[in-house]
Amino acid sequence: MTTTDTGAVPATVPASPPTVGDPARGGAFGALAAENSDAPENSDIFENSVAFETFEAAPPRAGRLARRLRSPLGIYTVPLALLILWQVASWRGWLSPNVSASPIEVGRAAVHLWQVGTPSTLGEDLRVSLLRALTGLLVGGAIGAAAATAAGLSRLGEQLFNGPVQILATVPFLALLPVMIMWFGIGDASKIALISISAGIPIYVNLFNAIRGVDARLVEMATAAGASRWRLITRVLLPGALPGALVGFRFALAYSVLGLVVAEQINADSGIGFMIGQAQSYNRIDEMFLGLVLYAILGLSADQIVRLLERLLLTWRPQGKGAAA
Amino acid sequence: MSTLTSSAADHILKPAAGPNVATVAAVPGTPPVRVRGVVRRFGDRTVLDGLDLDIAPSEFVILLGQSGSGKSTLLRLLGGLDLPDAGRVTVPRQRAIVFQADRLLPWQRVWRNVTIGTSGRDAKATALKVLDEVGLRDRADAWPRTLSGGEAQRVALARALVSDPHLVLLDEPFAALDALTRLRMHDLVRGLRAKHDAAMLLVTHDVDEAIVLADRVIVLRDGRIGAEFPVRLSVEERSHGTARDHLRARLLAELGLDVAKTAGH
Repeated sequence: MTTTDTGAVPATVPASPPTVGDPARGGAFGALAAENSDAPENSDIFENSVAFETFEAAPPRAGRLARRLRSPLGIYTVPLALLILWQVASWRGWLSPNVSASPIEVGRAAVHLWQVGTPSTLGEDLRVSLLRALTGLLVGGAIGAAAATAAGLSRLGEQLFNGPVQILATVPFLALLPVMIMWFGIGDASKIALISISAGIPIYVNLFNAIRGVDARLVEMATAAGASRWRLITRVLLPGALPGALVGFRFALAYSVLGLVVAEQINADSGIGFMIGQAQSYNRIDEMFLGLVLYAILGLSADQIVRLLERLLLTWRPQGKGAAA
Repeated sequence: MSTLTSSAADHILKPAAGPNVATVAAVPGTPPVRVRGVVRRFGDRTVLDGLDLDIAPSEFVILLGQSGSGKSTLLRLLGGLDLPDAGRVTVPRQRAIVFQADRLLPWQRVWRNVTIGTSGRDAKATALKVLDEVGLRDRADAWPRTLSGGEAQRVALARALVSDPHLVLLDEPFAALDALTRLRMHDLVRGLRAKHDAAMLLVTHDVDEAIVLADRVIVLRDGRIGAEFPVRLSVEERSHGTARDHLRARLLAELGLDVAKTAGH
């Protein structure tokens, strides 16, 4: 066969195609190869028309230390970068001191309030706020989890609890506060009640859906295997609902801080919210920002707590790849 | 024995056979499975239409049938997962089901999965004993996600056998496994059958699987038993020989396959 100098694809088509169904098809190709003296050109065309991918063993996983060095701050990298940018912007005068305080000023305000806060120190405010948030979280979480379990496991529970929770979930916290104050007084009780509701609702909604969402085939398997109702609940339904429950817990932590903010800005005489209120009255921009930073830190810590819980409680799940921090 | 009669299926959280279960003392000599005039409809489609079936103690029955012939429906009725629209199903209270998927709880270690339905102390010792029978004693503390498909199905088998059932129902348990693993599972099931004195009913599409395992092959057709073939062959005769080929051809014909076309396989 003649080989053209262009090396175009039609050049490799044999003058007489191999017979269809020929038992010696390899022979036919062999003949083609023997006929075609210009073998390298042939392989060139092969390489040009087929795209390849090569897979090899991944390079050895970087050690813990190496990973730490590569991304030393994990998920905190961006917040820290923003902080630096903020500081630089304040120094360069891009941000007017009338509308914002630089991170260093906020830090100074923190030290000042920590040492000589009036009427209460920053440490005292933090302690009061955290205690309120934690108490509300515990009370609301316990009630929400108990109600969700009852509702998830029985029709009666569902009928009892679903309606009230749906109603509560649609009412804004702010609108609830006057009622809470009327019922529980202006002291801590009304604040804790508000935080309880804000934390209890996401726990209820997520846990209820998680229990109902447990794979019905697993429930059927356990029943068929002769598991008692108690077994079914403790080994299938509740463990199966745990990932969803943790999602609810994550929201509950965030919402309890949210409830805290709302509760402490009205009728409080201590706490971070009260501190922000004071700062507003005296036009202390640095202290206002300090309050915001503290809430941000609370939110970040809450997220870390949930991550830790997930690592501890969901060991059976394949660990997510590339999770930071 | 428990008798399941017709009623609407209940909420999943309750066992399907709630109010209509009558417990009857076992009379020696009664077959473990007795099905009389069972009807099951889904919408206006009648899947089982007056079906009768008896299974003798420690008999291995294979249920064949085309897709949609009601094999799985019958198995679910025997397992008490579903109730008939008419008729009566009597099965031993001590029974177990092996599903097509392993249905292991991913959040429980292997041995805890095995003992999901058993009560009593020494649960782990019990689990280890039966895991040993399926050759997975050393995986007792593993998480299910680390098992291969064949291993997971062996755990499911162990879970079924742990309660010493009088009846084991297997719903295409090996359909998702590769051919080699399936052959190993057949050997395993035969071995387990020799050890455990249980009646077994296995639903399958696979005619060869039926021949290898069955004491009796039942073909479902039009909601009833279309044909029955007692299989009295030795282990060797089940793998090759004229008797096997003949049975194979007849089973394929019952399933509506042109034997001439498939004979070469």
